[in-house]
Amino acid sequence: MRWAVIQFPGSNCDQDCYHVLKHVLGQDAYYVWHKNDSLEGADAVIVPGGFSYGDYLRCGAIARWSPVMQSVKAHAADGGIVIGICNGFQVLCEAGLLPGALIRNRSLHFRCESRPLRVEHPHSLFTKKLLTGQILDIPIAHGEGNYFADPETLKSLQINRQILFTYSDRAGRATPETNPNGSALNIAGIMNKEGNVLGMMPHPERASESILGGSDGKAIFESVIEAKEPKGAVAA
Amino acid sequence: MSAATSKKITPELIAQHGITPEEYERIKEILGREPNITELGIFSVMWSEHCSYKNSRPELKKFPVTGPNVLVKAGEENAGVIDIGDGWAIAFKMESHNHPSAVEPFQGAATGVGGILRDIFTMGARPIFSLNSLRFGDIRGDSEQAKTNRRLLGGVVAGIAHYGNCIGVPTVGGEIYFDNSYNGNPLVNVFSLGILRHEDIRRGAATGTGNPVFYVGNRTGRDGLAGAAFASRDLTEDSKADRPAVQVGDPFIEKLLLEACLELYKHPEAVVGIQDMGAAGLTCSTCETASRGNSGIEIDLKKVPQREPGMTPYETMLSESQERMLIIVHKGHEQTVLDIFRKWDLPVAEIGFVTDDTLMRVKNGNEVVVEIPARKLADEAPIYHREAREPADLLERRQFDFSKITEPDDYAATVLELASSPSLASKRWVYRQYDHMVRVGTVVNPGSDAAVIRFDTGDGKWKYLAASVDCNAKYVAADPYRGSLIAVAECARNIAMSGGVPLALTDNLNFGNPHDPEIFWELQQSVNGLADGCRFFNTPVTGGNVSLYNQNPAGAIDPTPTVGMVGLIAEEKHITSSHFKKPGDAILLVGDWGWEIALSAYAREIHGVLTGEPPQLDLSREKRLHDAVRSLIRLGEVHSAHDLSEGGLAVALVESCFGGKVPVGASIDIPADLRLDVALFNESQSRAILTTRGENATAVIELLARFNVPALRIGTVGGNELAITSGSKKISWSLDQLDKAWGLAIETLME
Repeated sequence: MRWAVIQFPGSNCDQDCYHVLKHVLGQDAYYVWHKNDSLEGADAVIVPGGFSYGDYLRCGAIARWSPVMQSVKAHAADGGIVIGICNGFQVLCEAGLLPGALIRNRSLHFRCESRPLRVEHPHSLFTKKLLTGQILDIPIAHGEGNYFADPETLKSLQINRQILFTYSDRAGRATPETNPNGSALNIAGIMNKEGNVLGMMPHPERASESILGGSDGKAIFESVIEAKEPKGAVAA
Repeated sequence: MSAATSKKITPELIAQHGITPEEYERIKEILGREPNITELGIFSVMWSEHCSYKNSRPELKKFPVTGPNVLVKAGEENAGVIDIGDGWAIAFKMESHNHPSAVEPFQGAATGVGGILRDIFTMGARPIFSLNSLRFGDIRGDSEQAKTNRRLLGGVVAGIAHYGNCIGVPTVGGEIYFDNSYNGNPLVNVFSLGILRHEDIRRGAATGTGNPVFYVGNRTGRDGLAGAAFASRDLTEDSKADRPAVQVGDPFIEKLLLEACLELYKHPEAVVGIQDMGAAGLTCSTCETASRGNSGIEIDLKKVPQREPGMTPYETMLSESQERMLIIVHKGHEQTVLDIFRKWDLPVAEIGFVTDDTLMRVKNGNEVVVEIPARKLADEAPIYHREAREPADLLERRQFDFSKITEPDDYAATVLELASSPSLASKRWVYRQYDHMVRVGTVVNPGSDAAVIRFDTGDGKWKYLAASVDCNAKYVAADPYRGSLIAVAECARNIAMSGGVPLALTDNLNFGNPHDPEIFWELQQSVNGLADGCRFFNTPVTGGNVSLYNQNPAGAIDPTPTVGMVGLIAEEKHITSSHFKKPGDAILLVGDWGWEIALSAYAREIHGVLTGEPPQLDLSREKRLHDAVRSLIRLGEVHSAHDLSEGGLAVALVESCFGGKVPVGASIDIPADLRLDVALFNESQSRAILTTRGENATAVIELLARFNVPALRIGTVGGNELAITSGSKKISWSLDQLDKAWGLAIETLME
């Protein structure tokens, strides 16, 4: 699969995503510069974490206007796969590819730590290889990851089963105590209604090698790869 | 003539610039005339302690700076460079931002991070991690002072997080102590390390007459004119209100500058030399590059990108605006530089050229405003051999009356009290504000003996670095020589416990006013201790920083020579962390039970006995411990290793229960004939606790004996409590209880 990793000025998880896709998963990964308006034939696009354009004005608010994001929108509209991680999730919300917004953490502090995440269901491109209620250990690292949306939007996220990951404890209970940032419904990751765009605050690329403490995050990338390149399919 | 050259130099103006009458005579001699105001400002910053080390240089010469693996020596360039094999090298250094952080903790600390990162990538290296060493007054209680200390802690941590997180360099560890000697004068020491190929080492030398000089990065503004703010008021035509004296950092610009510079380094044919504009900004970078190149340099201030109109030459030359670099370019390769910096949307301007007359010449349009021999300015600052005198109260500081240490009635409460004191408590509240995982290189997270970081050398091969910062300033205050030696030994011990071999170190000497002979004596003794430690462990000094004049109205801070050490771990499977892993593992005490209680956290926190001698340090015994533990690690026998330091065995045991995904308990047996508080809390050196497979414990103890290192089994990992038995006494804590006391202590105080 061809994976385009977007590079905005201020992206700082671009190399991490590239490393995991290329070296851990053996994918055809490459960078796309923000001033570029072509995705060079990508099957999937990663909008990585970091501080795009310094996160001035508001996280992701400037990035949405960059030339490359117009191509990412077109790619998504064509059913192409897009994964926004951390700052990438913020950019996708600002760009209107995902509903809602991410605001300051309830604690007002940046928070970096591994958190248990509960998988809500496996019926998506991104969770295909996971089980309902499965607990994943994936780190968060953000100051503005508090997911916010109006009640109707939250309701439709639930009805359409767009919520994929929630902050929980090890027993799978999602409570205010297990919520690191104040997110509505303990939301850690959602997809769009069509199911081809994922946004999540936790960093699966930081949990894709056992030497870093666990590889639970790898299953998310693998789900996408398996959906697009079913085992047994002969590469062209 | 303009105000830049015509202003009358009065004795008051000279004194305000911190220049002595003798130094002024020397300046006149160098120039063969009176300096103008801009030149006076330039001499004042270049001859400050910060830039010239004029008070400490004779002492710093004692440090060992050479070795078979040293590629760039300390003091030669912005940071030393050490060979780590296979064509790879590391550049690392520590620097302080104490005074700015006292005034404005957030920006002070943030720009401290920015400054040290530039020192690293100026060398051609990509920074891959940072550490820090922080000191504040006590944060407990409702006093105004405690509230101020909490505000400073919160601000400094947020500032470090802001800068490091945004630029995407993980902050992977460090240390924090709280003591009232730091009231009003917190210490913020920041360490950063970068990796590079040998052939990519960059130098800060201006050579090749006629080669163009480029300015890249942030525009120059009036920020950071700290030492010279008074004069900026005098000099500006319009009398605008005071400008803030602390620099303001922009990590986003620095991220762009970092990536643009690394991209430029891929064109070695284009770059002659590069230097960051840190302290003393344009002044320091121009005269130092010229001095190193044995050349001259000429720049035109009208071409310098400026943030606001009407800046005088004095302000432009002395501004400490952040995120700026000076690049000497091979003539004919100007376009390469322009293209790269424009790609990254950064200001870039050709502001001058290299000359052959050894002068630093600064023009403002057509007018020459500065003309100074570059070498005399950069390298021939006056050197002072300060008077040193043993402190009159030294014996008092070492006084210790053991009869004041009465055995506690309630051990359970005493351990919790000690473990929850801010200096010993978990620093989770701090390090979870730092992105310590970005770059997917952090193998051992903050909270262990040393941070362990991996990096990809290509071809699917990795290298593993261990790094630690340490300094017990209470030990140093009572015995600067031994205390400093212990700081080096503890760093080396932390590296050994992680499975690594020490390579080199950097130091940050934080002291009071060197004009006070007693303080200068502390500095001298401390340097002797560090230097002896470095020689013993074969760890040359790669550079560092001296921060003097750390005083508050009550006196000087405790002398704090912070040490940062880096080691190499040969293989992934040798990487060892400090927390308990597997139920059933045997817990071994390596070394012996120890006995030294003076100056321990227990004596100070629980009994209020603040004086005494630091523990003894037997270097050969220390080295045997390191070699023995490393050998066992290589044999695959060690599941966890944790050195014993502040708080002794008790605190080490509490710490070892945490760090994995879920906490693990332990049960410990202490012989009834030992006085329990001494056994639990003494801080005798050269000791550690290891865990190993239960059935291998005896064999491991025998192996340790072959290294002449005593060891005994003191307990077993497992359960959901930490239980200590000593004769008929049984003390236990649930893991939950320990997590609340030790784990949440700082969070509870701060929120």
